[in-house]
Amino acid sequence: MKNGTAIAILCCLLVLAGCNRPKTSPAPQATAHGAALVEVSGGKQVAQAGMELDQPVVVQVNDAQNNAVTGAAVVFRGPAGVSFNPASGLTDSSGQLSTIVTLGGVAGRYVIRATTTDAGGKNVELKLDEIALGYQQTLGRELNRQYCSRCHNPESTRERVSNYDNLTTKPHAFTEGDALNKMSDADLAAIISHGGPALNQSPEMPSFGYTLAKSDIQALISYIRAVADPPYHSAGVVYAKK
Amino acid sequence: MSLGEQIRSLRRKLFGDPARAFGSISLVLLGMLAIAPAKNYFSEWGHYQKGYLKLIRSRADALTLARHFSPGFQQIWLPEMDVVDRCTTCHVALKEPSLSDVSRQPYRPHSPIPHSLTQFGCVVCHRGQGRATTVQEAHNSTKAWEHPMLPSRYLESSCGQCHLGPLLGTPQLNLGRQLIAGYGCVRCHTVMQPDGTRMMASDDPPSLQHIAEKTTRQWIYAWIKNPQAYAASVTMPNFQLSDHDARDISAFLMAQSTPLAAIHNQPAAKGASASPDATAGASLYGESFCASCHAVQNAAGVLVGGDLGPELTRIGSKVKPEWLEAWLRNPSVYDPNTKMPHYRFDPKQIATLAGYLEAKTDSDLLANVHLSEATPDQIQHGKLLVMEDGCTSCHEVNGIKKPENFAPDLSRVGSRSLAVLAFPEGVPHTLPDYIEAKVRNPRAFGPGLKMPQYTFSEQQRSAITTALLSLTDRAQTQPPALRTAAVHESNYQPAGKAGRLMADLRCFSCHAINGRGGDMAPDLSWEGSSVQRPWLVEFLRNPETLRPALIRRMPRFNLTPDEINTLTDYIMIVYQTPAVDRDSLPASSFTPDMVEKGRQLFYSKYACQSCHIVDPNKDKGYIGPALWAVGSRLNAAWVYAYLKNPPAMRPGTLEPDQHLSDAEARSLTAFLMAQKSAKQAGKK
Ligand code: HEC
Repeated sequence: MKNGTAIAILCCLLVLAGCNRPKTSPAPQATAHGAALVEVSGGKQVAQAGMELDQPVVVQVNDAQNNAVTGAAVVFRGPAGVSFNPASGLTDSSGQLSTIVTLGGVAGRYVIRATTTDAGGKNVELKLDEIALGYQQTLGRELNRQYCSRCHNPESTRERVSNYDNLTTKPHAFTEGDALNKMSDADLAAIISHGGPALNQSPEMPSFGYTLAKSDIQALISYIRAVADPPYHSAGVVYAKK
Repeated sequence: MSLGEQIRSLRRKLFGDPARAFGSISLVLLGMLAIAPAKNYFSEWGHYQKGYLKLIRSRADALTLARHFSPGFQQIWLPEMDVVDRCTTCHVALKEPSLSDVSRQPYRPHSPIPHSLTQFGCVVCHRGQGRATTVQEAHNSTKAWEHPMLPSRYLESSCGQCHLGPLLGTPQLNLGRQLIAGYGCVRCHTVMQPDGTRMMASDDPPSLQHIAEKTTRQWIYAWIKNPQAYAASVTMPNFQLSDHDARDISAFLMAQSTPLAAIHNQPAAKGASASPDATAGASLYGESFCASCHAVQNAAGVLVGGDLGPELTRIGSKVKPEWLEAWLRNPSVYDPNTKMPHYRFDPKQIATLAGYLEAKTDSDLLANVHLSEATPDQIQHGKLLVMEDGCTSCHEVNGIKKPENFAPDLSRVGSRSLAVLAFPEGVPHTLPDYIEAKVRNPRAFGPGLKMPQYTFSEQQRSAITTALLSLTDRAQTQPPALRTAAVHESNYQPAGKAGRLMADLRCFSCHAINGRGGDMAPDLSWEGSSVQRPWLVEFLRNPETLRPALIRRMPRFNLTPDEINTLTDYIMIVYQTPAVDRDSLPASSFTPDMVEKGRQLFYSKYACQSCHIVDPNKDKGYIGPALWAVGSRLNAAWVYAYLKNPPAMRPGTLEPDQHLSDAEARSLTAFLMAQKSAKQAGKK
């Protein structure tokens, strides 16, 4: 009888434990431990909310001498809505683990964390920022691809040759938060609508105010803000009294 | 006291006399009346509304927020769309952008979208059960409600219910629709769009009626076993045929093929040996701009070239030399519907190019294909398989008709009831998951299913799912006024001799004219208004490159002077816009003063040199067309009209409208028209 009760309680506990965390797969058994976790690639990517990032996130576990460690267990975690495939695993022969990240459904910045434990059992953590775009920012991204990136993005692709090198005054890439975060929304709207001369800058920046709708320019600003690195923090909403 | 006595005494106490009875009943009724408000008070949504009031209390704009807040049950009712949405009862702050820092639901404001929530409600885009009053029922599927909220990765499907054409802000939806057309899904599945038109495929599966002229049975065998082994870029899916089935299908396809006199009676081609000059071949391939449409894998495994025509990496292992020569001589002999132009190569050029292409072989491709002579039984069985697998949905085959309704109609697949779907194990019970799983691995849904295996990436699959989810009941039944139409291709056909010539040269494969044609090259609908006749003649004779940054260019077709005249006359006369009067700005109307003014505008005020080159020694911008001889190329009135509003004259151009004044536009035109310097070799 006593045994029966014990088993019943145990079962209940197991079920409850199962209920609490339905999804975490057991972390793989590490065969080695490192001392540091570094990003190989995949940080600061931009994708639409709810979508996979184009490139996998790759991290590497190193030991104290900076040599890659094979067989260290790495676990990926992120805010609600973010998923990883795989969510955890052991580093390969070059000390790396790669995961495909799907961002959450809400636009914004997602901090994802990779953790591994060192030989002493302490957690070593690495944080990466990824960016999810909402509708407006996606529209901005497409407009940027169509109208702006040839001048503002120094990199050429096979389909799109960059014009950056041909410009006398070099524009900033929209990711350059250090420069662009200093500009107010009104300044951005002014230079995009009326061209460089509106802010006493180079006429090589043409005016788009007669080509793009106000909402398009708003979308571009929203996109520029979303991809800024370091991140843009709005000065807060200023209310105009009705 | 017994139980009975107790009850009796209680009854006496409560109902002993009329006054007592009245009092007690009143109390009970009062209590019952309080149930409704109490239910409200303790309801889930009441809880959230209280939470909201608490949240805004400490904010700077608390008063404004409180003024916007209306307590109690909220509802958006849109009878013409059959929408009753109560979501705003809990999602109270959707229209409060000042709360954009709040991430806790249900208080997050809605991110900016081009539609008003009050006009469209919530479920039109997000799905879920708008009438529900609990979190669980509104968001998730219940026994009575099959369609839970749409995961945000598919959200653009909702835009597609009304917007039948592409939108700049919905890349997933656009991609999905492109893939559905480009992979020929609609050749087997019918998709009737809400505007009553049938969705058309944009791929170009070849007819197999003369296949034996083109290739060998060995190649067919290897191809149908695994098309991607021949070229990773091909759109033909894998039917996962057994060795036997592939053997029999290849036997049947060879057997049904009929000879094509024009190719069959050719003297046997001399093959690669005819032209061992590989460099000549490569340069002719380059000069003819074959790479505008055809890709070849380079040494690093990267595809280089366009995708309008098939990949040519292993073409030498596929086609017979005599077919290749006949094809290069005039492709429309073998395939009257091909997009490839008739190049008018001379025999030497044909031999050179054929030799060059024949050398593109892959010895591994057919190394393991050993087929013995086909038997009549095998051929018969092959025919049966071709019918059963629906090959003729895409390809023409002698003796077999195109099947009707070969696969389920998908016109309303986005509203399909889950009850009629069979989910394989491990697939979550939602419609998006079902569609994704089906596209990922169709044969996992049961034995005997015919849908072939595609090799889509994760992103492509989710784009296709997004496009399919847009095909809803709502899309079909809503008021037509809500729809924004797709632009359907016109069936414009130029007439006469020029028309026949343009068909022969397949101009429409790359250029659009009057609503029909490709988008690889400029729209020519108004070409006659924009260019000067001598330039056009020279261009057709020997196309120069106007845009140094472009990889895709106009090929040289080796046209005769007579053909050039015919085309030029037709273009100059027919392709005109009423917005431009060609004779309105004669050269005499420009003064040297205007030219100088225009130069200043060009270099200083508008910095046109950031994209255009007028002086090849100085200017660097090369993403716009080169302008060093523009005065000998374009018509002044056109240049003026274009400068006044570029996007209006060339829809989709990168050049923004700078809102030039009339005087500025005239000066700039004067400056540009003065750029007559004969062709300079200032190529970048
Ligand atoms: C023809 C090339 C060109 C194109 C196209 C172009 N820009 Fe610029 N842009 C410039 C140049 C050059 C500057 C730098 C002006 C200066 O610093 O004097 C600039 C500056 C800017 C700035 C100010 C910050 C900075 O980089 O210095 C913003 C914001 C901007 N552009 C936005 C846009 C947007 C949005 C578009 C597309 C709608 C666009 N630009 C298209 C050339 C271009």
